[in-house]
Amino acid sequence: MSDTADRVKKIVVEHLGVEADKVAPDASFIDDLGADSLDIVELVMAFEEEFGVEIPDDAAEKIATVGDAIKYIDDNKG
Amino acid sequence: MRRVVVTGLGLVTPLGSDVETTWANILAGMSGAGPITRFDASDQKCRIACEVKPADHPYGFDASKRVDTKIQRQVDPFIVYGIDAAGQAIEDAGLLEMDEATRLRAGCSIGSGIGGLPGIEKESLVLHEKGPGRVSPHFVHGRLINLISGQVSIKYGLMGPNHAVVTACSTGAHSIGDAARMIRDDDADIMLAGGAEATICPIGIAGFAQARALSTAFNDEPEKASRPYDEARDGFVMGEGAGVVVLEEYEHAKARGAKIYAEVVGYGLSGDAYHVTAPHPEGSGAFRSMEMALRKAGMSPADIDYINAHGTSTPLGDELELGAVRRLFGDAMSGVSMSSTKSAIGHLLGGAGAVESIFCILALRDQIVPPTLNLDNPSESCVGVDLVPHKAKKRPVRAVLNNSFGFGGTNASLVLKLVD
Repeated sequence: MSDTADRVKKIVVEHLGVEADKVAPDASFIDDLGADSLDIVELVMAFEEEFGVEIPDDAAEKIATVGDAIKYIDDNKG
Repeated sequence: MRRVVVTGLGLVTPLGSDVETTWANILAGMSGAGPITRFDASDQKCRIACEVKPADHPYGFDASKRVDTKIQRQVDPFIVYGIDAAGQAIEDAGLLEMDEATRLRAGCSIGSGIGGLPGIEKESLVLHEKGPGRVSPHFVHGRLINLISGQVSIKYGLMGPNHAVVTACSTGAHSIGDAARMIRDDDADIMLAGGAEATICPIGIAGFAQARALSTAFNDEPEKASRPYDEARDGFVMGEGAGVVVLEEYEHAKARGAKIYAEVVGYGLSGDAYHVTAPHPEGSGAFRSMEMALRKAGMSPADIDYINAHGTSTPLGDELELGAVRRLFGDAMSGVSMSSTKSAIGHLLGGAGAVESIFCILALRDQIVPPTLNLDNPSESCVGVDLVPHKAKKRPVRAVLNNSFGFGGTNASLVLKLVD
């Protein structure tokens, strides 16, 4: 797993209180990890802080799975 | 008339994270006070508090027992304490498995005096340092006072009245009184009722200290700081935690064979109409609140065996309350024991009235009254009253009165008794 994936996973586990092994790349935040829309807002903020990226609202809306988040961060981090 | 009884209890206090541990420690004369550990209090005038102890302490609180880790992160500690105490009360009442019809008639009235102050303090700093885009999306609903009732109703599926009282340090008593009325008025058959508080944070301690409400003379001897009625008292010691009871309509409780602790027979409320923080100089609000509670109960002072006083250990308040009790009780004063358990667990503010009502209920159950700690030299006007100094006392306890008074001049009194 990439460095980004490890750090994303750690944030998701911490914020959603889920088991680490459930945080697979294809896991949906809402359907598989029990998040609601506000949890996603909070996760996006945590990703922004951790990786120093800016994730605008329209991009954030398209992040549905753990893999989506990792990909967006890898594509956009400086 | 529909009668209201207590069928479940839940406590999170500085002396225990459950009812029996807290009560045993109270009766043993232990103090929950210590130096503040939550934050560096070295620059504060008051550097002591009665904190709920961490999970690895012999009677510490393990939040994970009843509250999801995700919710723990999102909400202020007063909500976590409240959810846990409500869970204990539901378990104690044997109501974990309620069908839908029962849940439609079950509600919540769990309030707080101040609400999520530590979280407001923290997020204000985030706003200041990092800007509005970094404020948590859970900020508002993680701090709101009615969110104990909200969270508990969601967790247990309680679809009846969803209410939350905010009357400063009278909150816990008003919550129970209001909820009892809802059952009496047929709005519900079951109500989770109580209060919680957790404001041991820099701005909370500083704010109360600046209002000259906190003890500042005992920073080096925290266990001696809360000393209601004692000459050397100089303010209250902040506590934290939660108390929640299950109130239930009497026939409903009987029909399901529930354990019945006590009956809520009287509830009185009044306003001082005098000053935002100072009590009325003649204690008139306290007097009228107690008088109303007794009248509603159809009882006279001679029927009351124990009073759990508001008794916060402030120079003014303790003697004014005692004076009001003396005037109301007259000759019956010689038969009553009155103590302040704030001497042991500090002042739980919005949680106090509920936690202390539970101590009253346990006094009825065990026929023993809890002590007033540190009462070495009673103030002149406090002499000649059984204030239960230092040690718990075995005695007949048929009915009890609980007083709670709050900033704004708000007063609440509850009368509880054993069920005949």
